[in-house]
Amino acid sequence: MADKLTLEMVTPYKKVLSEEVDEITAPGFVGELGLLPGHTPLLTTLKVGELSYKRGSEQFHVAVNWGYLEVADDKVTVLVDTAEKADEIDLKRAEAALGRAEDALKTLSEEDKQFKVMEAALERALIRIQVAGKK
Amino acid sequence: MPSLKDIKKRIGSVKNTQQITKAMKMVAAAKLRRAQDAAVAARPYAEKLQSVLSNLAAREEADAHPLLSQRGTSRALVVLMTADRGLCGGFNANVSKEAERFIRANEQGFDDIDLMIIGRKGRDFLKSRLGDKIVKVYENITTDATYKTAQLIGQEVVDAYSEEKYDAVFVLYNAFQSAIVQNVTLEQVLPIQPKEAEEGAEDSIDYIYEPDKAGVLSDILPKMVEVQFFRGLLESNASEQGARMSAMDSASRNASEMIGKLTLQYNRARQAAITKELMEIISGAESIK
Repeated sequence: MADKLTLEMVTPYKKVLSEEVDEITAPGFVGELGLLPGHTPLLTTLKVGELSYKRGSEQFHVAVNWGYLEVADDKVTVLVDTAEKADEIDLKRAEAALGRAEDALKTLSEEDKQFKVMEAALERALIRIQVAGKK
Repeated sequence: MPSLKDIKKRIGSVKNTQQITKAMKMVAAAKLRRAQDAAVAARPYAEKLQSVLSNLAAREEADAHPLLSQRGTSRALVVLMTADRGLCGGFNANVSKEAERFIRANEQGFDDIDLMIIGRKGRDFLKSRLGDKIVKVYENITTDATYKTAQLIGQEVVDAYSEEKYDAVFVLYNAFQSAIVQNVTLEQVLPIQPKEAEEGAEDSIDYIYEPDKAGVLSDILPKMVEVQFFRGLLESNASEQGARMSAMDSASRNASEMIGKLTLQYNRARQAAITKELMEIISGAESIK
């Protein structure tokens, strides 16, 4: 059994990552998910959240937004709508988005169609800020 | 015989046209590069999704999800992707004609076929022929197509399908092969027909599904539709730029050919005029003697 995981991350726009890593932590649908080499085949949906991976002693963080994660033969494939590495995140923009979402949520009621949308935006912005702080 | 001045004017106007077509060709070439890169970059995602799906579908019954189940063929929707602008050879006409042909050919097979058009040119072409079938037209979304756009269209189509407004959805677009070759392609989007998993290799893997198979499936299937539209949009855009580039290239070449011919004509006329003048002078001189 290989002692490394091959991590591949793709979005509709491009291939974001293709690397050998030691350990992956992903925001799975039912909860945080830690992956090590030799993991059983698994297919899960991902929530908005932070995916981090370790290579040697270095730790990397990526903000991801809805997708899937597939583990098979120590190959981890992540399909996500968006993926932003910690150093790619524009903190100002994320904070602005956070402010917008917060303001919008104050005026909307829970039944509003827009409520869910803004809630998701809020969540995304929070994650981005959180990830950006870890670079 | 046109006068010297007339010919000169024509040469000038052809030259102007050539300048425009040359510029358009350059612009199309630059845009083509970008469109092509985008189309290529989108491929891994679509392929991965496809392989996950076929893996999944191989283990599920066909009726596991409404988007997978075949339920007869009474109403169909054709999504046609064209460009917003012309001057790109047969690009728009080819795909629009194919749409018309497809609808006419399948009129017996389906009770009703509706047409959703992306791009102004497709609407212009089909308005008079199949105007009553057009249910929706989107304009100005093909250049700079984002995933968001595809998502919106995908959701709309999936919703309509789930409400049983349609029983089958097709997409018709120009697939990009090279800058000169575009293939008019018809694909069935719904119900989804997962490609057969490649034999041996992967179908031995039995996954753990989180949250569960049905949950994953109902998440992944609508995504598949969106991805298909996204891909169609990107390919169509790349094809459009390619078609425009080659159309403008041949237009520029035709223009320089025409300039050559006109220049020849101009020189002949000039020579004839000189000869005529000389003759007049000589005969005038003769008569004085």
